[in-house]
Amino acid sequence: MELEISHVSHAYGPLAVLDDISLEVPDGRIVCVIGPSGCGKSTLLRLLGGLERPDAGEIRQIGAPPAGCLNPLTFIFQHFALLPWRSVAGNVGLVLEDHRLSRAERREIVDDVLARTRLSDFARAYPRQLSGGMRQRVAIARALAVSPAVLLMDEPLSALDSQTRELLLEDLIGLWTRAPFTAVYVTHNLAEAVRLGHRVVVMSRRPGRIREIIEIDRPLSARAVADPAIEAYQRRLWTLLRDEAADADQELIDG
Amino acid sequence: MAETAFERPTDRAPTAQPVPFRGGGFAPQGRRWVGPALLILLVLLLELLTARGIITSLTLPQPSEVLAVFEQLWRTGLLWDHLLPSLQRLVVGATLGALAAIVVGVLIGLFSVVRAGLVPLVAAIFPIPKIALLPLFIIWFGIGEGSKYALIALGTFTPTVVATYGGVDNVDRTLIRMGQSFGLSWFSIVWKIVLPGALPTILSGLRVSLAIAIILLVAAEMLGAEYGIGAYILEAGALYDLERLFAGVTILSILGLIVSFLIGRLERLLLAWR
Repeated sequence: MELEISHVSHAYGPLAVLDDISLEVPDGRIVCVIGPSGCGKSTLLRLLGGLERPDAGEIRQIGAPPAGCLNPLTFIFQHFALLPWRSVAGNVGLVLEDHRLSRAERREIVDDVLARTRLSDFARAYPRQLSGGMRQRVAIARALAVSPAVLLMDEPLSALDSQTRELLLEDLIGLWTRAPFTAVYVTHNLAEAVRLGHRVVVMSRRPGRIREIIEIDRPLSARAVADPAIEAYQRRLWTLLRDEAADADQELIDG
Repeated sequence: MAETAFERPTDRAPTAQPVPFRGGGFAPQGRRWVGPALLILLVLLLELLTARGIITSLTLPQPSEVLAVFEQLWRTGLLWDHLLPSLQRLVVGATLGALAAIVVGVLIGLFSVVRAGLVPLVAAIFPIPKIALLPLFIIWFGIGEGSKYALIALGTFTPTVVATYGGVDNVDRTLIRMGQSFGLSWFSIVWKIVLPGALPTILSGLRVSLAIAIILLVAAEMLGAEYGIGAYILEAGALYDLERLFAGVTILSILGLIVSFLIGRLERLLLAWR
């Protein structure tokens, strides 16, 4: 399934956050969206996931979601959004309970995604017992449980320390390499964008416009931490973003 | 060379001593026995002072005599004659009030129209002393149990409503968005996300509500009941029988402690995830 965003604009009251955004999310690719804080990249993601309605423009799904897909557009949130009163298995099971699945089928899906995210030993643990990285893994497992057509990731690694971030980044790359998924990945971290993105969308500061779209054709599995080609991309992104970020930093929040 | 500087003089064997301990303390710990111990100490002091006549029996009853009243209540079976109707009124009234309050509180928390309509109404009802409404309840529900249930239910209702919608307001919105983003039904979101999220606040609200329910129980019984702790206290008060008055009041205290203990157990059971 692909997503097509055409001429989308959005405002919160008098505050314009997105201005005439057009973008395609091709099937089986990861599109990273980067931009200075407050540029509307998270808003774009919520519009994509149908949690908000755009003021103008249109967002279309092209093609049917794959068979067995329970929730085509699935989010992974920055702060995990796990229910503290449910165990790891309970949190993953939550999103299956409203579907017509037998108890055994549900059990099978939960076991499968927990195994894929290496959480099988923690099925009965509660979120408060887990580290940040483990919590985000649970959220990833929950997202995988509904076999999404497109993953919408809102700064999924921003709340984690840098070592955990690297580990989870490798996890995501591993998951994609084994079974390529379509994703929109919002981040302000350039290193994440160049490691994960097949296409990196650079946005301007508020109201967010697309400044440039960079294609990175190197396979994800071949992008190492200190790869000079990847670092060159990162430097290029930084030159594009630097002034925007500096200007955004000087803005009044309620301006 | 440099190593020689660290060589020990060999003429004397070194003495070995354990490192002295100087840590510990300064860490508050639960001391479960302090509360009961203080209570017993106070009662003993009172017993001593009244037995010696330093405090006259007109000022305060002698604890041992209050205990004798208890023993008599127990032996004659009068204790249960008074306690059981009271417990029934408390359980029925408080359950009705709390259940209605949780439903209304959740509705206030979820729907703006309900909130706009009912929050001012609840705020207007809250400060009314419910005892003042007893005559009204007697007209509506009769002199029997109905009016007592209604009084206790209304008294439990207002604080529980306020706690419940406060709890619903405080449920993490990102959890609700998460539920929506996974396509959960409205009912699932309310039942599996909103209610469990509001539960800690609802339970701490119930602590207050049930104490108020006990106060109202006695008030209701004072105005027309043959049996009940309130009737017992009223009768003793009318006769200035301080021993029986204190026996009745002590039963209420114990009832309060039991309710508080039960809610503590309920919290530990339902909120184990915290």
